[in-house]
Amino acid sequence: MKHESSRPEKARWREGKQVGKREVSMTVNGREYRIQVEPRKLLVDSIREDLGLTGTHVGCEHGVCGACTVLWEGEPVRSCLIFAVQADGARIKTVEGMAPSETELHPIQEAFWEVHGLQCGFCTPGFLLTADVLLRENPDPSEDQIRQWISGNLCRCTGYQNIVTAIQLAARRMAARK
Amino acid sequence: MLHMKPAVFEYYDPTTLSEALNLLAQLGGTARPLAGGQSLVPMMNLRLARPSQLIDLNRIAELSYLRVENGELRVGAMTRQREIERSATVAERWPLLREATGYIGHVQIRNRGTVGGSLAHAYPSAELPVVMCALGAVFVLRSQRGERSLNAKEFFVGPMTTVLEPDELLIEVRVPPLPPRTGWAFQEISRRFGDFALMAVGGLLTLDETGVIQQARLAFTDSTPMRPESAEKRLLGRRPGSDLFYEVAGVAARDLNPDADIHASAEYRREVARVLARRVLAQAAERAQASSEA
Repeated sequence: MKHESSRPEKARWREGKQVGKREVSMTVNGREYRIQVEPRKLLVDSIREDLGLTGTHVGCEHGVCGACTVLWEGEPVRSCLIFAVQADGARIKTVEGMAPSETELHPIQEAFWEVHGLQCGFCTPGFLLTADVLLRENPDPSEDQIRQWISGNLCRCTGYQNIVTAIQLAARRMAARK
Repeated sequence: MLHMKPAVFEYYDPTTLSEALNLLAQLGGTARPLAGGQSLVPMMNLRLARPSQLIDLNRIAELSYLRVENGELRVGAMTRQREIERSATVAERWPLLREATGYIGHVQIRNRGTVGGSLAHAYPSAELPVVMCALGAVFVLRSQRGERSLNAKEFFVGPMTTVLEPDELLIEVRVPPLPPRTGWAFQEISRRFGDFALMAVGGLLTLDETGVIQQARLAFTDSTPMRPESAEKRLLGRRPGSDLFYEVAGVAARDLNPDADIHASAEYRREVARVLARRVLAQAAERAQASSEA
């Protein structure tokens, strides 16, 4: 068997050590983290437990609710359906990476806060990041486009009305600030 | 507290196809290939699936591509569904594929989910198996023993079952070009947007110069993607029309063997299939006529 890769863990294949912890380095919110994880550990659990970033929430744990949404290379994904080992070398953004500073909120966060786009807040990190990508790709979405885009995120409190309103408000503000 | 949802497995992340095939050959039936993970990982989290070894295909760059060769669309198995959705070439030349892909789960799922993963998983209500069936796609399978090319009817065996051998990978899907004067349509019913389809129907109609139907393809989500060949034959040599479509949709729905579950009864699914087939045929005919006039 030919091995052209220089990645050090490759050597372990022949020694039968695929279960033990592996070193993973990933860039989260612009900062590089180096951690040791078991292959079966989910990215969301690793982000919360190994990185200490508890803004990303674990809801259904099987890809239905969207609470664990993070941005992987800028695109929204469910971090409960990815293993942390797969994130080796990946660039990830979590809700902690949204606000420009300790004292300011991102315009989308600001809008959710102002028009009650959340009640209990459990689903909110997933909605914020999902909305972030929508407004990047489509700065002036229609209500239908917003509803379709956020269909992968469940909220059991708001009935979505104020989430849609918040995204519309954020879109107007972000367009005005440009 | 530390959380570990899936059971323990050995993890391999080859970077080339030959490495992956070698691992599959060595590990045999206990290893599962991991594509986008949007079906396998939920099953592992719930411990409904407990593979002893996972062969992660996500680092194999050579399996991720979308290109046109000899008029055919060639899709690498690890191409993300979102790439299909974003491709201008697919939108222009294989609009049926573009349309159906938009119905797969939600954007978070399509960003990760792959074309090959969905096809190899062969979930009965999945969109890609149905449209690939309607499009007459060819499935390219490879193992260390060699390569074989199969059509949808040969590839899909039953619910979540394909002819893939334990040491074999689906590496590419080839979609033939649509003939001129071809119209297409895709219709799906689910309880909420992005949910699993209760029924989905894809179709293609090709007209000759005089407006008579020359080629017809319909495919339904059934226990495995189903093409109602006797219904398709009734369309050939006839002019598009609502009476014809009503009759053919009825014949097609009778040939189905839909599942009954908590979401819908078999009777309901069959009735939805009939209505959707009629709409698909009407819309495909309209588009075929429009492209004939263009």
